[in-house]
Amino acid sequence: MSLLEVKDVHGGYGGAPILNGVNMSINKEDVGVIVGPNGAGKSTTLKAIFGLLEVTDGSIQLEGKEIANMQADKLVPLGLGFVPQEFNVFTTMSVHENLEMGAYIRRDDFSDTLTSIYDMFPPLKEKRKQNAGELSGGQRQMVAMGRALMSQPKLLLLDEPSAGLSPRYMMEIFETVVNINKAGVGILMVEQNARQALEFATKGFVLASGKNRFTGTGRELLDDPEVARSFLGG
Amino acid sequence: MMNELIFFFNKVIVSGAVLGSVYALGAVGVTLIFGILRFAHFAHGDMMTLGAFVAFVLAAIASAMGISTFWPTGFIVLPFAMLITAGLALGIDRTFYQPLREKGVKSVTLLIASIGVTLMIQGLIRLFGGVQTRSFFENEPKELFRFDMSWLGSSRSINISEPQMLLIAVTVIAVVALHFFLTRSRLGKGMRAMADNPSLALVSGINTNQVVRATWIIAGSLAAMAGTMLALDVILKPDLAFNIVLPIFAAAIVGGLGQAYGAIAGGFLIGFAETMSVFNWAIMLRPFRDNLPEWLPNDLSIVPTEYKLTVAFVILVVVLLVRPTGIFKGASS
Amino acid sequence: MRRDAMLFLALGAFLLAVAAWQQIPTTLFMLVTASAYALIALGLNVQWGYAGLFNFGVMGFLMVGGVAVTFVSYPINEAFWASDGPFMLFKALLAAVFGGVLVYLATNSQRFGIKGKLRTFLMVMAWAIAYIVYRSQIDPAARLIEAEAGFVGGLGLPVVLGWIFGGVLAGAIAYVVGRICLGLRTDYLAIATIGISEIIRALVKNMDWFTRGTLTVSPLPWPTPSPTDIVAAGLEDATMSTILARAGFLSLTVLLIAVIFYFLQKAYEGPWGRMMRAIRDNNISASAIGKNVTKRELEVFILGSILMGIGGAILASFSQILDPSGYQPINHTFIVWVMIIVGGAGNNYGALFGGVFIYIVWTISEPASVILFDIISDFSEGVGIGAIPNIESRALQMRVFVLGLVITFALRYFPQGVIPERVRTEK
Repeated sequence: MSLLEVKDVHGGYGGAPILNGVNMSINKEDVGVIVGPNGAGKSTTLKAIFGLLEVTDGSIQLEGKEIANMQADKLVPLGLGFVPQEFNVFTTMSVHENLEMGAYIRRDDFSDTLTSIYDMFPPLKEKRKQNAGELSGGQRQMVAMGRALMSQPKLLLLDEPSAGLSPRYMMEIFETVVNINKAGVGILMVEQNARQALEFATKGFVLASGKNRFTGTGRELLDDPEVARSFLGG
Repeated sequence: MMNELIFFFNKVIVSGAVLGSVYALGAVGVTLIFGILRFAHFAHGDMMTLGAFVAFVLAAIASAMGISTFWPTGFIVLPFAMLITAGLALGIDRTFYQPLREKGVKSVTLLIASIGVTLMIQGLIRLFGGVQTRSFFENEPKELFRFDMSWLGSSRSINISEPQMLLIAVTVIAVVALHFFLTRSRLGKGMRAMADNPSLALVSGINTNQVVRATWIIAGSLAAMAGTMLALDVILKPDLAFNIVLPIFAAAIVGGLGQAYGAIAGGFLIGFAETMSVFNWAIMLRPFRDNLPEWLPNDLSIVPTEYKLTVAFVILVVVLLVRPTGIFKGASS
Repeated sequence: MRRDAMLFLALGAFLLAVAAWQQIPTTLFMLVTASAYALIALGLNVQWGYAGLFNFGVMGFLMVGGVAVTFVSYPINEAFWASDGPFMLFKALLAAVFGGVLVYLATNSQRFGIKGKLRTFLMVMAWAIAYIVYRSQIDPAARLIEAEAGFVGGLGLPVVLGWIFGGVLAGAIAYVVGRICLGLRTDYLAIATIGISEIIRALVKNMDWFTRGTLTVSPLPWPTPSPTDIVAAGLEDATMSTILARAGFLSLTVLLIAVIFYFLQKAYEGPWGRMMRAIRDNNISASAIGKNVTKRELEVFILGSILMGIGGAILASFSQILDPSGYQPINHTFIVWVMIIVGGAGNNYGALFGGVFIYIVWTISEPASVILFDIISDFSEGVGIGAIPNIESRALQMRVFVLGLVITFALRYFPQGVIPERVRTEK
C-alpha cells in the first residue's frame, strides 16, 4: 500500500472542472514532482488533495484511507503537511510562533522537533523572535517549510517552493527537500523549475489540461525527447 | 490652581478612564470578531445590554436569596452573567451566523444579519423587561469615594464611585488576562494566526471552529462585563449600549480592525477625546482671571455637551480618511 | 413576470383585508406613509441594489428632507425677520465661507510648494481657525434667535417646493458624504454612514434656532387640502373629510412615485444601468476598461439620496410635525433595509413591493400583537399564572423583534428577495 494514492481525480472550483483525471502514487521514500504548462492543474492537484477544493470524481487515499473532500484541518492529524506557494507565513507572528502554529495539533512535547528544525534552518534560530513578515523571501520559505514539518507529517505537499527565489536559494531549498525526504517524509511538490527538480525526483508527473500526460521517474522524463521538447523547453 | 487641576482630573481623567474602559471592552470584542469572522458585528452593543440584563436578573435572584456582601451585588454576579452571555453569544452564532457562513455569503450579509440580531435582542429585552430604567442600587447604597486632596492645597477632593473603581479595575484585569491569553496560550495564538491568515491557519491544522467558539466566548463575556459595569455606573436601560455601539466601532477602527491592542488604545483615546472636548477649558484659566482680556467667553469647551457622541464620529471619519487601517500599524485586511 | 403580478395582487388583497379590519381612514394613513417609504426604498435600491453601495445612514437623509420641507413650507416667523437674527446669520454665513476658503487653501497648499508635515499642520490650523471663527458668529446668533424669535420659522412657500428642496439638500449632503466615504470598504462605509447620520441627528436635535429641537415644529402644511380645509369648505362629515383629504394626499404621492419609477426603470434597463451593474459585480474589471468607478458611484449615491430626501420630506409633511427626537435608526434606516432585502435588491418592483408590504406589516403587527397577547394573557390567567402586565407597551416592542426575525429569515431562506433581480440577456 502506497502512502498516497490519487486515482482518476476530477474537480474544480464550482465552475468548469480543472482536473480531468489525475493519477498519482507516492511512497514514503519518494520525491514526486509535478510539472507542466501554466493552467495544467498542478497547484489545483495539491489543493484537491488538501481538501481546499471540491473533488467531484475519483479517489484520494492516504495510507489506504479515503480523504477526498475532507476538511483541511482534519488532514493534518492524519499526517499531511502543506506549504502553500503564497501567503505561507503568519506575518504578524514571530518565527517561533509560526513554528508553534505548525505544531498546533500536537499535544505532546515538541521541543525536539523544534530543535531539529532550527538545525535544518539555522537562520531561523537567529531570527526566532522576529515577525515573519519582516523576513526575506527565502527565509519566509524556510519558515513555511518548518511550520509544515512541525506536525511531523508523513507526506509533505509543496507548492512551487522555489518561486521567486534566486538560483542559489533554489538549490538550497531543493537540497533541504531531499534531506527531509531522507528523514522519512514523502514529498509531492509542484515545480516551475522542472529540469532541476526532475533531476532528484523519484517520480515525475507531467500534467496537461488537468490530466497526466507522462508519468515516470525523474530521469525517464528528462530523457524522454517528447517531454523535453514540449514541456522542458527543448 | 490646585482646585482647578482636581476639577480637571475628576471631569476629564476619571470620566475619560471610565468611558474609555467601557469602549475598550466593547471594542476588543468587535475587533476580535472582525479579525476571525471578517464582519462588523453590529449587534455587539445589544450583547452588552443583554449581559447587563442577565446580571440584573441574577442580582435580583441573589438579593431575593438574601445574599448581601461588601461588594455591590451586581458586581458579585458578574462572572455568572459573563458565563451566561458567552453561552448566549455562542447560541446566536450557531443559530444566525453559522448557517450563513456555511453558505459562503459575503461579509456584508453577515453585517445585515447582525442588524437583525440587534433588533431581535432589543425587541426581546423590551418585551420582557419593559422600557423603564432600572438601578442596581435600589436596595443598597452606591458608595462614593472622596480622596481628600488638602495635602496638595486643594479644597476639592477627587471623587470616584465604587462602580467606577471596579470598572477600571476589571478592565485592567481583563486586558492583562487577554494579553496573556493571546501571547501565551495555544488557543490564543491560534486565534491570532487565524486573524492573520485564515487559510494558512486551516492548513496548519488549527481547529477553526474551536477558534470561532473561543472568539464568541471572549467577546460575549467582555460585552457582559462592559454592559454590567456601565449599568452599575449609570443606570440600566434597554438602549444602554445601542447608543454607544458607534463610539465602540470608532474605537475598533481607530485602533485598526482586527487588532486587540489597537482596540484597547482606541477605546481610551475616544473616551478621553470625548471628555476633553466637552470640558470647559475656561475653568483652567480661572486663576489667571484678572489678567485675561474681557472678550474671552466663559465657555471654552471645544464642543457643546450635547455633541459629545459626535466627537467619536468625527475622529472616526478623520481616521478613515487619513489612515483607514487605523492609527496603529494596521492589519492589511 | 406572472409571479410578480400575482404577488402584487396578493398585496392588494392583503391591503383590502387590512382596510376591512382597521377601517378606511387608518388604512389610507398607512398607505400614504407606506408610499413615502416605497420612495425611500427605491432610493436605497438605487444605491445598494444597482451599485452595491452600503448606506446605513438613511435616517440622516430623511431628517434632511424633513428639515428642508419645514424650512420651505412653514409660515414665516415675523419675529425672526424683525430681529437682528437674519443679519447675524448672514455674518455666520460669511464666517463659514471664510473658514471654507481657509481650509481649501490649506488643503491645496502643495500648489504653493508647501508639503509634508507643514501642510498637515496648516490643514489642522485652518480647520481649527475656521471652526473657532464660525462658532464665534453662530453661537450669539443662535442665542439671540432663540431668545427673541424662538426659531427662524419657514418661508411660507408651497409644500411641493419643500419636497424638491428636501431632495436637493439631501443630494448636496450626499455629494459631500460620498466624496469622503465612497472609497471605503463596505464595512467601513456602513459605519461611516451611520456615523454621519448620527451627526445629522445631533445637529437637527440641538440646532434649536433652526429646528426648535425637542420642542418640535408643527403643524406643517399639506400640499393637498387637509381635513380641516375640507370641513371649512362645507363638508360636515369628519370621517368623510379625513378620507377625502388622505386620498388626495395619496394620489399626489402615487403620481410622484409613478413618474420617478418610470424614469428609474428606463435608466436601469439602459446603458447606464448596465454599467452600474458591471461596476457592482466586478469593480476591478469595470475600472480596467476605463469607467470612472468612483464618479459613477458618487452619481448613484446622490441619486438615491435625493429620493430619500424627498421621501423624508413627504413623511414630515404628512405627519405635519418635525420632531427630531422621533427619528430612530430602527424606524428610519433598518426598516428600509428590510424592505429592499425582503422585496429583492436590484429590482425596483421588489423595492416597491417591499416598501409597502413591510411598512404595513410593521404597523399592523402592533394591534396584531395586542390581540395575540390578549389571547395568551387570557390563557395564562385561566391556568392561574396571571395576566400579562402592560400589554400595550409590550406589543409595541414585538414589532421590533419581528423585524429582526424577518431580516435573518430572509437572508437565510430567500436571499434574493421575493421579487429577485432579473438581468435581461440582450440578443
